[in-house]
Amino acid sequence: MSAITSADIDKINDILQKNKTLPGAMLPILHAIQDELGFVPDESVPMIASALNQSRAEVHGVISFYHHFLTKKPGQHQISICRAESCQSMGSGALESKIKQRLKLDYHQTSADGQYSLSPVYCLGNCACSPAIRINDDIHGEMTMEKFENLLDSMVTFNLELK
Amino acid sequence: MNTKSPVNQKRIFVSLDTTAISKGSNKIAAHISHLLSEETEICATLVRNGSRGMFWLEPLVEIETPLGRVAYGPVTEKDVVDIITAESLNGITDHPLCLGLTEELPWMKSQQRLTFARVGLIDPIDVDSYISHQGFDGLKNALTQTPQEIVSQIKDSGLRGRGGAAFPTGIKWQTVLDTPDQQKYIVCNADEGDSGTFADRMLMEGDPLVLIEGMIIAGIAVGATQGYIYLRSEYPQAHKILNQAIAQAKTAGYLGKNICDSQHSFELEVRLGAGAYICGEETSLLESLEGKRGLVRAKPPLPAIEGLFGQPTVVNNVISLASVPIILSRGSEYYRDFGIGRSRGTLPIQLAGNVARAGLLELAFGISLKELLNDYAGGCKTKKPIRSVQVGGPLGAYLPASQWDTQLDYEAFSKIGAVLGHGGIVVFDDSVNMAAQARFAMEFCVVESCGKCTPCRIGSVRGVEVIDKIIEADANSDQKQQSRILLHDLCDTMEFGSLCAMGGMTPFPVRSAINYFPEDFGFSATGQPSDKQSANEECDK
Ligand SMILES: Cc1cc2nc3c(=O)[nH]c(=O)nc-3n(C[C@H](O)[C@H](O)[C@H](O)COP(=O)(O)O)c2cc1C
Ligand code: SF4
Ligand code: FES
Repeated sequence: MSAITSADIDKINDILQKNKTLPGAMLPILHAIQDELGFVPDESVPMIASALNQSRAEVHGVISFYHHFLTKKPGQHQISICRAESCQSMGSGALESKIKQRLKLDYHQTSADGQYSLSPVYCLGNCACSPAIRINDDIHGEMTMEKFENLLDSMVTFNLELK
Repeated sequence: MNTKSPVNQKRIFVSLDTTAISKGSNKIAAHISHLLSEETEICATLVRNGSRGMFWLEPLVEIETPLGRVAYGPVTEKDVVDIITAESLNGITDHPLCLGLTEELPWMKSQQRLTFARVGLIDPIDVDSYISHQGFDGLKNALTQTPQEIVSQIKDSGLRGRGGAAFPTGIKWQTVLDTPDQQKYIVCNADEGDSGTFADRMLMEGDPLVLIEGMIIAGIAVGATQGYIYLRSEYPQAHKILNQAIAQAKTAGYLGKNICDSQHSFELEVRLGAGAYICGEETSLLESLEGKRGLVRAKPPLPAIEGLFGQPTVVNNVISLASVPIILSRGSEYYRDFGIGRSRGTLPIQLAGNVARAGLLELAFGISLKELLNDYAGGCKTKKPIRSVQVGGPLGAYLPASQWDTQLDYEAFSKIGAVLGHGGIVVFDDSVNMAAQARFAMEFCVVESCGKCTPCRIGSVRGVEVIDKIIEADANSDQKQQSRILLHDLCDTMEFGSLCAMGGMTPFPVRSAINYFPEDFGFSATGQPSDKQSANEECDK
């Protein structure tokens, strides 16, 4: 169970107010909540259900159907590795194992310090530069461990700058 | 991005396409714009365009000169100062990265760019630039025609859906036109989940207005006033650009009420998917748009009759819709004259995976796989021999060299038990293990099945297990042979017992892998190659 703040609750209410009358409002609402909070907290489920006049089970069913929606807070840097065929042809299988080892994470896990989470993805549309990975909204191609280390370095720098 | 260049000011183009950015084009663009602000002698503006589709040359920098656009690539940050000079604005230079005129490069010159005519050429969100390159000519014609005249033109053009099932677009539109209702919808399928495909993405990032124009024309043709683009969430850059283009089109009076002062209205909205491959299947997509789990619907009713929110709905792929404007502006005959047999017009072909030259090219149907692999792709990037190619995404067959004479044509592919799909070709070198690829095909079906029917949901789980058994069993053992028979029975059950092509076509890559590459499963190559590969062209129709 995630502890979310009352400010988060306000944000969710705001999103529900803005979107609930859209035709097919469910996905736009879930996206907006995840964009705002990084995930779709359990606390939002009854709120969404009542705004859309659906049961909690229905809302939960939708959230669990889609790989994109997260029910736990992800790491600050969300790393997705493409597992699909084009990237396989350029060695994504080996890359995947090495990245898992390097981060000491398996898929769907988040590092203890909240820095990284790792997930699989099936094609990023970057198949002309396989293997590809996505870090937050940035897509990187022709990935190698060396390049990945550089990316990790730049993420650390980014964190230091934030402090 | 939307910088209007003063008269006489030269333009320098750097792509904003996802793949170009993944190769560093944003850094190059930042460098160039910094340089242009410092160097007052170099009078030019920077334009961010789509990609030309030659990804091995990205980041590509194009400089507008009196001779035409001159290309440089792949450009690194340190090259920028040497490339952007007063001299380079005047013509071709002897810089080692100078490739000459873009339009004269063999890759560009040999293509028939109809749908992709403007991709890479213009600023994607600049309506004026779109109009000055024949943009909205198709819409202008459509506005002078009756709905039936428009639909008839699409039928006559021979256009078939580019999303995979190759269903005639005009016939689908006719059904929606003939189904009277107050509210109808145009839904663009931009879920592009197939590995090895990026044509939809490139088009949406490079010329979103042509998609918007195609959707407006579809709306006028069938009497729909609301459109949705269902875009996969894996495409953040396309999302941004589409929204900008829609806003621009609205401001310019092409979307909203009374389009171009006509009595027609059309609203358009982008909706994001959420990482489910099955939501590319049209009825699953509609469920998702309605805010539900993406469970596939049984057909009938066809979406054309009872689609989104139960209303008549056109669901078309990005490329199908983006091919509409040129048919309306140049005529159905012009379009139909490209291609062979029942595959009319052009296909954006995507060369992906282990190839020396990866990218997109648009050609009339009819070219052979061999020509594409040798002449365009230039063999493997790893310089090893090509062993296997998968055409048409994760549900497409793996093809060995003996099949590469096949022409790109829906019927020719169906004849060999393969599919052309969305035109993606993924190349593997001789290090590939085809048993692992077959296993992955089943595994992918486990992950992405919507779960509605047993042959797909359970069959795929069993499929992974059986393939593991085949791999592990000793050569010539009874267990190995029996598992092989089991796998084929399982494939039959999935093919004939599944509700949609997810379960129905997963057997394609599996059977082709074991039939064409039995040695990778530990069988002798002289085994029984007779396992049936059924033609299955319109499996999800
Ligand atoms: C599992 C599955 C995935 C599909 N994915 C896509 C897709 O990503 N994009 C697409 O346009 N069509 C996809 N299709 C095909 C659609 O169901 C449908 O045929 C298409 O959107 C119709 O448009 P078109 O006639 O313009 O091709 C998929 C079909 C299946 C069975
Ligand atoms: S074949 Fe698979 S994806 Fe298609 S409806 Fe059945 S369970 Fe769902
Ligand atoms: S298969 Fe990895 S980006 Fe397409």
